Amino acid sequence: MTKSVFLGTVAAATLLAGMGMAQEGSTLAQVKERGELNCGVNTGLVGFAAPDANGNWTGFDVALCRAVAAAVLGDPTKVKFVPTTGQTRFTAVSSGEVDLLARNSTWTYSRDTDLKLDFTGVNYYDGQGFMVSKDLGVTSAKELDGATICIQTGTTTELNLADYFRANQMDYTPVNIDSNAEGEQQYMAGACDAYTTDASGLAATRAAFADPENHIILPEIISKEPLGPAVRHGDNNWGDIVRWTLNALVAAEEYGVTSRNIEELVRSSTNPEVQRLLGTSDELGAMMGLDAEWAKRAILASGNYGEIFAANIGEQTPIGLARGLNAQWTQGGLLYAPPFR
Amino acid sequence: MTDVSASTDTSFRPSMLIYDRRYRSLTFQVIVFILVMAAMWWLISNTITNLASMGKTFDFGFLFQRAGYDISQTLIPYSADDTHFRAAVVGLLNTLLVAILGCIAATILGIAVGVARLSKNWLFGRLMTVYVEIFRNIPLLLWILIIYAVFTEIMPAPNAYRGDDPAWSMILFDNVALTNRYTSIPTLGMTNDPGSLDLGARITFNWATIAFVVVLIGGWIARGMIAKNAQKVQNRTGFRPTTWWKSLLVMTVPSLFLIWFFGLHLIAPALKGFNFTGGINVSNSLVALWLALTLYTAAFIAEIVRAGILAVSRGQSEAAFALGLRPKRTMNLVILPQALRVIIPPLISQYLNLTKNSSLAIAVGYMDLRGTLGGTTLNQTGRELEAIVLMMLTYLMLSLLISAAMNVFNSRVKLKER
Repeated sequence: MTKSVFLGTVAAATLLAGMGMAQEGSTLAQVKERGELNCGVNTGLVGFAAPDANGNWTGFDVALCRAVAAAVLGDPTKVKFVPTTGQTRFTAVSSGEVDLLARNSTWTYSRDTDLKLDFTGVNYYDGQGFMVSKDLGVTSAKELDGATICIQTGTTTELNLADYFRANQMDYTPVNIDSNAEGEQQYMAGACDAYTTDASGLAATRAAFADPENHIILPEIISKEPLGPAVRHGDNNWGDIVRWTLNALVAAEEYGVTSRNIEELVRSSTNPEVQRLLGTSDELGAMMGLDAEWAKRAILASGNYGEIFAANIGEQTPIGLARGLNAQWTQGGLLYAPPFR
Repeated sequence: MTDVSASTDTSFRPSMLIYDRRYRSLTFQVIVFILVMAAMWWLISNTITNLASMGKTFDFGFLFQRAGYDISQTLIPYSADDTHFRAAVVGLLNTLLVAILGCIAATILGIAVGVARLSKNWLFGRLMTVYVEIFRNIPLLLWILIIYAVFTEIMPAPNAYRGDDPAWSMILFDNVALTNRYTSIPTLGMTNDPGSLDLGARITFNWATIAFVVVLIGGWIARGMIAKNAQKVQNRTGFRPTTWWKSLLVMTVPSLFLIWFFGLHLIAPALKGFNFTGGINVSNSLVALWLALTLYTAAFIAEIVRAGILAVSRGQSEAAFALGLRPKRTMNLVILPQALRVIIPPLISQYLNLTKNSSLAIAVGYMDLRGTLGGTTLNQTGRELEAIVLMMLTYLMLSLLISAAMNVFNSRVKLKER
């Protein structure tokens, strides 16, 4: 009798505990309660996400984290940056360790469906390339037969590389590395002939070299790599917030809203699209549980898409990437924010 | 039972579960059992609920999908078109390779250092002490990284061997090239290739390899029989016949014959394109991992060996000397058999440690089980739970197998007490 009562109590307690663990609130509520956005970023890729000399994270992906934090919490500095490797990033999202992953991650079918992630747009249209030392005398990826190639494990580039060399009936030896820093070290030591990753990543890596002029990025781009922010599957409202924050930054550039003229436009703009974006007419923010000025704060955080691009990876920076595919659709690029209405 | 009331009152009361010595231990065992079961049940049900809330299933189907990635070191044929399962097997074989190489080298080095530490030569003994203390007190991961870094930073790129007046040249009669990626060693060629035995699943064994294995095992057995026979003669007549040349003959002549028969010769690697081809490129990640595991584990084994030898009381060797046994015989016949009894059980743990420690391979990009199944496969398929569970089971099986094999060996060498 006593025993069965005891057993029953234990069983009931266990059941309750189990259910308690599985309960999850909405991500928006969690972030607001925490007062801080957990943002998964690269462990260190100059231009995209890297801590500066003072330990402050800066970069293209970091700017998106700050914009979301500004939209949701009203303060772009309330972000906790969680460095993730190619191997740990998706687990960090699905386990809830980060609310948002902005880490040069390629949007693919299986990641969107099978890995239970939701990609909320594309913030950089990229493709995989190869970097080699000039001394090697190689001018095309087709000449890399038999080469030793450094590659980050757990990335789409690993699969593209295998496909590309098979398609061209070439051999190669992969050297698997865990982070960009390790790849850089191996490449510099000559332990691999070529380093392959997204072309933007190559440019960023090369910019950090002591002798960037001695390394070339081969002309072949062997894949499509649409890089974008990802959130956990199942919380659609949170996904909407991230998606539309990115869209707001893109739209702001299209409408000519910059961090400099935004205050003036809030007061004087007569363009209804801009008014809706900046929250002076209609109540778009309330539709996803934010206030009216969410987009204004997001743009103020580090500027619109064009400003962020120019400040972190644009042609004026050491990384020196051209807008290319990442220009507005009106300029022949692929950036196209759906209408705010 | 001196307590009268306890012996007369036989009815059972619940308080007796705690206060009566007859039931107390049973009560606590039942409680602990229930708690352990409840904890396990909680963990499992929690996992199931959380998987369901994330919309994930528990399914091993991914193992039979196309892997799509390449592996740098494969002991069986593998291409990106093979399944994740085959990739996991390739990884497991790489784990086994470094574990076996490591265990052998660590044992040899460990015994040598352990004995040397007891040396009467003061300097030699202290040097060994320094080695043991340095290696066993610095984390293994650091050793792996340091040794790997030494290889990549000090060795030249293959390019340094190019040209008419290269900066580096191959060593050992132009047979071996050291580079910052791999050590290129010659491969064996045969003028009279007997073909291969096909085991299915694209796993093949060359008949020549099988012939060599058979001949070596046969030679070993023959050597044992010769020794046994010599023992018999010694027991009967008191004189041990000379056996060393007989043993040497049965161990080497058949192999030499096979070498001649198959026309075995070395094919030296040559620099072609970006890399050395034609030979076997032993990657630096394997060598660094092997060296680090060996040096680290050997330090522990040395201590085990030293302890084992010291555990044999001095009276044993004194008694042996009194009987007129020479030092070498004393060691082989008196000290070692008794020392092994102490050495083997902790040695098993060291082998298990080495095998499990090999999973640090990912630090230098050596694609072992952790790198394939627990690394790339896990990442590309997103099956964290399945991959980790499978990996845990594999390491568990591997450890239990090593442990079982060593226990059999242990029961053979342990002191037979009658």
